[in-house]
Amino acid sequence: MTTLTHDIARQFPRTARIDWSPYLVGAGIGVLSWIAFAAFGDPIGVTTAYSRIASWFATPLIGADGVAQNSYWKSMPLKWDYGVWFLVGIPLGAFLSAWLSGTWRLELVPEVWEERFGPSIIKRFAAAFLGGVVIMYGARLAGGCTSGHGISGGLQLALSSWLFLAVMFATGLAVSALMFRKS
Amino acid sequence: MTTMLAIFGPLLMGGAFGFLLQRGKVTSCNVIENQFRLRDFTVLKVMGTAIVVGGIGVLLLIDTGNSKYYVKDANMLGVALGAALFGVGMVVYGYCPGTALGAIASGSIHALVGALGMVAGAILYALSFDWLKAHVLNVWTLGKVRLPDITGIPDAVWFAALAVGAGLFFWWIESREARKA
Repeated sequence: MTTLTHDIARQFPRTARIDWSPYLVGAGIGVLSWIAFAAFGDPIGVTTAYSRIASWFATPLIGADGVAQNSYWKSMPLKWDYGVWFLVGIPLGAFLSAWLSGTWRLELVPEVWEERFGPSIIKRFAAAFLGGVVIMYGARLAGGCTSGHGISGGLQLALSSWLFLAVMFATGLAVSALMFRKS
Repeated sequence: MTTMLAIFGPLLMGGAFGFLLQRGKVTSCNVIENQFRLRDFTVLKVMGTAIVVGGIGVLLLIDTGNSKYYVKDANMLGVALGAALFGVGMVVYGYCPGTALGAIASGSIHALVGALGMVAGAILYALSFDWLKAHVLNVWTLGKVRLPDITGIPDAVWFAALAVGAGLFFWWIESREARKA
């Protein structure tokens, strides 16, 4: 009996509790794009709204005047527009999915990271922070992220977005090979 | 009524997007890292299907006059440099900006730390914008062009090629994964 339950548990590891096919999920995001284009005229994207919100965090650092005079934030002031509400929706939907599928769990150091760099929380947090700085700077410089360029731009066959996809994946593969090389 | 739609419309859209990302397992740092290590192709499966399904639908919507293109500027140097930084950041962070938000809501604390880094990155970008505008964003600017415009190959051919290419690639990946399992 114990062997049987053990076998069943082994056949259904934690991640198997989310059993949606990646193709189904991808098709779902595709259909969501139809709605975004047709009903809202605002393709799926994430980082423009981040920039708007970042100006709020910048106010105590460089002052309200500094933010008001910044030429980038002049073109992208903090306002509760479509993109910002979309951004707020993402964690709500993800939480609902995690809760319903029983996959919500605290994660301080992910497994792949721990296997390579050990269980140090400080080390992982430092890397996550620095990675976050670099990825957002890159996203703003490129004019979009995996959503705005990768999916919304990719599906419009935009030259800028396919350049983004190619360079992003190539760089990621190279950095990953360096980071996870067997020492 | 319009204010309700202006809030709940995007909130529902974002919610559906976050729900799908979490169901697709791409809010897991392990899944994203293993894509770049070529051990797990979930990210490409999700993105590839989204591009083909989304693209064919959006093409039809535009052809029937129900939508228009929202193409981003091809500032080739800016996009290439930005994408390179993005690739570095994505592997070090383990998330992209959208999946990070989903990960935070699924209990990932290190994703939250990285999100503070993303705020810092956005601030740094705003502060350096004037210099970038004068020296980077104005290099090799091709405007809002699409692949069919510059190649002369029609949209239908592009999507047929993409669909067949993605189909064959995923079929190969699936048969390889089935052999391993």
